[in-house]
Amino acid sequence: MSDEKKFEPKIIGFLCNWCSYAAADLAGVSRIQYPPNIIIIRVMCSGRIDPSFILEAFKDGADGVLVAGCHLPSDCHYISGNFKALRRVTLLKKVLRDFGIEPERLRLEWLSASEGDRFAAIVRDMVEEIKKLGPNPLKAKEVEA
Amino acid sequence: MPEEKTDRKKIGAVLVVGGGVAGIQASLDLADSGFKVYLIDQGPSIGGVMAQLDKTFPTNDCSMCILSPKLVATGRHPNVTILTNAEITGLNGKAGNFEVKLRRKSRYIIEDKCNGCGICAQKCPIEVVDMYNEGLGKRSAIYVEYPQAVPLKYMIDREKCIGCGTCQEICKANAIQYDQEGSEATLEVGSIILAPGFEPFDATLKSEYGYGRFPNVVTSIEFERILSASGPYGGLVLRPSDGEIPKKIAFVQCVGSRDFQIGNNYCSAACCMYGMKEAVIAKEHTPSKLDATIFYMDMRAYGKEFDAYYERAQGEWGVRFVRSRVAGVTEDPKTGNLFVHYVEDETPRTEEFDMVVLSIGMQPPKNVEKLAERLGIRLNKYKFCETETFSPMETSKPGVFVCGAFAAPKDIPESVAQASGAAAKAMGIIASERGTQVTSKEYPPEKDVSKEEPRIGVFVCHCGINIGGVVNVPEVVKYAKTLPNVVYAEANLYTCSQDTQKLIREKIIDNKLNRVIVASCTPRTHEPLFKETVQEAGLNPYLFEMTNIRDQCSWVHMHEHEKATEKAKDLVRSIAAKAKLLKPLEKPIINVTPVGLIIGGGVSGMTAALELAGQGFEVHLVEREEELGGHLRKIQYLLEKKDDPKKKLDSLVKSVMENDRIHVYTGAEVVDVYGFVGNFKSKIRQQNGKEKEIEHGIVIVATGAVEYKPTEYLYGKDTRIITQHELEEKIAKGTFKAKNVVMIQCVGARNEERPNCARICCGQAIKNALKIKEASPETEVYILYKDMRAYGFKEDYYREAAMKGVIFINYEDERKPQVADENGKLKVTFWEPVIKEEVEVEPDVVVLSAATVPNPDNKHVAEMLKVPLTKDGFFLEAHMKLRPVDFATDGIFLCGMAHSPKYIEESIAQACAAAARATTILSKKSLEMEGIVANVSEDLCSGCRICEYLCPYGAVEMKDKDGKTLAHVIEALCKGCGACGTACPTKAITMGHFTTEEILAQVKATLLEAKA
Repeated sequence: MSDEKKFEPKIIGFLCNWCSYAAADLAGVSRIQYPPNIIIIRVMCSGRIDPSFILEAFKDGADGVLVAGCHLPSDCHYISGNFKALRRVTLLKKVLRDFGIEPERLRLEWLSASEGDRFAAIVRDMVEEIKKLGPNPLKAKEVEA
Repeated sequence: MPEEKTDRKKIGAVLVVGGGVAGIQASLDLADSGFKVYLIDQGPSIGGVMAQLDKTFPTNDCSMCILSPKLVATGRHPNVTILTNAEITGLNGKAGNFEVKLRRKSRYIIEDKCNGCGICAQKCPIEVVDMYNEGLGKRSAIYVEYPQAVPLKYMIDREKCIGCGTCQEICKANAIQYDQEGSEATLEVGSIILAPGFEPFDATLKSEYGYGRFPNVVTSIEFERILSASGPYGGLVLRPSDGEIPKKIAFVQCVGSRDFQIGNNYCSAACCMYGMKEAVIAKEHTPSKLDATIFYMDMRAYGKEFDAYYERAQGEWGVRFVRSRVAGVTEDPKTGNLFVHYVEDETPRTEEFDMVVLSIGMQPPKNVEKLAERLGIRLNKYKFCETETFSPMETSKPGVFVCGAFAAPKDIPESVAQASGAAAKAMGIIASERGTQVTSKEYPPEKDVSKEEPRIGVFVCHCGINIGGVVNVPEVVKYAKTLPNVVYAEANLYTCSQDTQKLIREKIIDNKLNRVIVASCTPRTHEPLFKETVQEAGLNPYLFEMTNIRDQCSWVHMHEHEKATEKAKDLVRSIAAKAKLLKPLEKPIINVTPVGLIIGGGVSGMTAALELAGQGFEVHLVEREEELGGHLRKIQYLLEKKDDPKKKLDSLVKSVMENDRIHVYTGAEVVDVYGFVGNFKSKIRQQNGKEKEIEHGIVIVATGAVEYKPTEYLYGKDTRIITQHELEEKIAKGTFKAKNVVMIQCVGARNEERPNCARICCGQAIKNALKIKEASPETEVYILYKDMRAYGFKEDYYREAAMKGVIFINYEDERKPQVADENGKLKVTFWEPVIKEEVEVEPDVVVLSAATVPNPDNKHVAEMLKVPLTKDGFFLEAHMKLRPVDFATDGIFLCGMAHSPKYIEESIAQACAAAARATTILSKKSLEMEGIVANVSEDLCSGCRICEYLCPYGAVEMKDKDGKTLAHVIEALCKGCGACGTACPTKAITMGHFTTEEILAQVKATLLEAKA
């Protein structure tokens, strides 16, 4: 692999079943094209997303992580899971740098079921941003070691 | 029955006419209560107008997000048959036993064969104006109305189709049938619910606003599509004439409503709020600064929390409000800009805007007279369905009920509540036939796979060419076979087709599969189907998983075949890692005590009690006062004049007292409630001080509301200053005499302490003013108001009052009227905005329209039931839009003024709705709950209570065990969101089907490099 030029980030997307996963579906139904760098893991609610999932993803080499849930304040199918996600991701972003990971690699977004185009735009934007940042620094360290 | 044609035999099926949100809600409530439902719609899919909306007020929720789960539930419900493109051609029989004749237009598609893959629409060469997008976009001649349509079956628009044969050639499911003919059908049903909705007003009839002539004048429904992310401009607010982003938009209210010239005298009830919402959302959607101005006559923000929204629209969002009826709109042909002509402060003004949105009103559905004639129901003078105050869901024909905008213009939550209410009425007359027309599914006994190694089968879908045209499906199948524990993999043309279900069952048995993966489209629509399939093969349904290689792969990476194939492999590898760890889950079964507890014996509580008793359930009705009746006792006569509320109250109380199934406790109080849905235990403290314990399956909260005791305007200091209720009592007793009366609106409402509207005081003031004028036409009556909120058909009485000489004078908060006692004479001073002068009158009586405020008991009841209150102190429902009478906690419902102030007919609709919702539980011997629930490992639990605090459903309780306090999940209440499991510091909580191990395995597998 001629890795430097062709760095293709690998992004994990944790999406809630009700709004954000539906937005990703709508992007599909509407045939809105975006780069294939994201793999979606479906959970029922953004409130289920444990900060450890995100840390494990970075540890396992993810170049970026997207957490998406239903719009604040009241779109959450489970009343307030989105607020829980907001608190957890906000905190996690603060400590990510201590782990040697740029906080920009982690994004929290609210997506409604009709925002297929926004989902695609977010993925495009993330891929661009992360390409600028380069590969996950933890991966690089492993290679060095 | 074949032997003899007795018309007595009742039929346990219901016909619902109209597939909008009201028809959908009624269908689901009926089907969940053991009745067969035929849901018919004129169009090719259900969803109605709500499917076209962008956001909904007052929460700005996304309309499609909240509607589509209901669409899917209706489409998949075993007791609901959806008949599209259908209209009624005839009706025979009577209540309990109707024969309905239908005509169905052809789809030119064999519905059973069409998988909704959509490849036909992609290839169709014809472009047609898309009416789902209100003509602002294009679709093909073969189409579905919108991407989430239910049923997801394509239809050929034969007027536009050129018959080229492309779709027939491309359709791998062989679903196209050009020569398909329309069909006739006959249905036998016990009752009928009409929910045909409304027709948006044709704005070209108001030619002075230029709609149809000026491209930048759009209707509110067109503007909904413009706002929608799935709309013609992808959610960007653009001008139709040139695609420019507007900087200034005018919203013109009351277009085709409150309009004597057009003949639509009534108020359309929802436009003030949706106009405001559209202005707010437009500002949100526009990156540059957008000025939004609303031209209105009265801002009718009368619903729950609506005034708070109005406040925010003005303050936080900066929407400008101008109280003026717009006279006309002209265009600058060069720029396409528009001049709005209006009068403000008695001065004609003209203002330039980039765009004008007309808030069009609601009209009765098209061809409604034909429908009414065929069904034999009476329409009112505006051709909406005729109903009465005390029977708001009943049409003039027994056995035929009505809900939604066809009964009167209304917004979504009112339509939904009335729909559930109509369901209660429709099932009430056929309660004896519950369960006779429905089918329940039988599955083979479940195989125990706990001791087996995981043996995974992978089924990869081509979806015609939707997936196969981009992703190399055979390569994905080959790759899947290399994954750990995958023992079988194959490709299918359509994994969802009937024949493939049979094949999957066979492969499960032949290959001893104990985990199944389908790689195809979205689990949001297809997972339930496959879960059923594996269950039919003897597997626990939670041993199934799905990954989405279409919507989230082939469709979004159409030009990158290789990369899409690699991604599909990644997705399969990821889900296989999870599938390996899947555990069978048990769906908890809980028994139901078929008894209801109703707290509050006003009109709502009594109505709900009678409905439940009519369904065959026992009811405990607890009223705190000495006698039943509540707020209704204070109502002496109605605005609508026809019914006598006193007589109605007496007959209601009599029916309740005489009903053997209803146990009435007056002077009593519920002091404790334990348990959960289906299994509550409560204590009632009776009048004699003794406590009685009862068991019940549901609770309905109907605690009502009370009249505010004013502290303003000298109330209580001067006997000539009274409230509307006090006035009403005097009028009814014949003791009221006055030459000059001043009424002051919004006393104790729409202020800082209580920002919301009390809704019923405008109608009350008009009612009492008319009564005064009736007895003594020469009496001067002034009504000092902020906005006259005479919504719906109440507008007629507002007009009548004005015609009869009642003087309506607007006041603003900055210049409230002053009431003083000067040497024994009452003096009211107020600003007259037309002549622009302070005016003084010396009335004999000042009547304060005092707000309706929450029952002070609400706080205690809320704590006891662990349900929330609004800031104002009314009960807060599960969802303001689609669950108006449910609490988030299963098995607890609310209705009437406990929810918010409302008129009698609205309370009755909600009371029946609460009864219908309760019946969905009480009608079942046991409830099967979702298997995806949280589980606490008692060894690990430290009893810290974080989970108890976090759970929005009250599903975690703390239990003492061996001297330790441990968390325990009430499975019946758990919704499976997983918030508790994530927060648990000792990782004692496992989230079924989304365990930490499963998700981490998925993460790890995803990040391995694909190696095939």
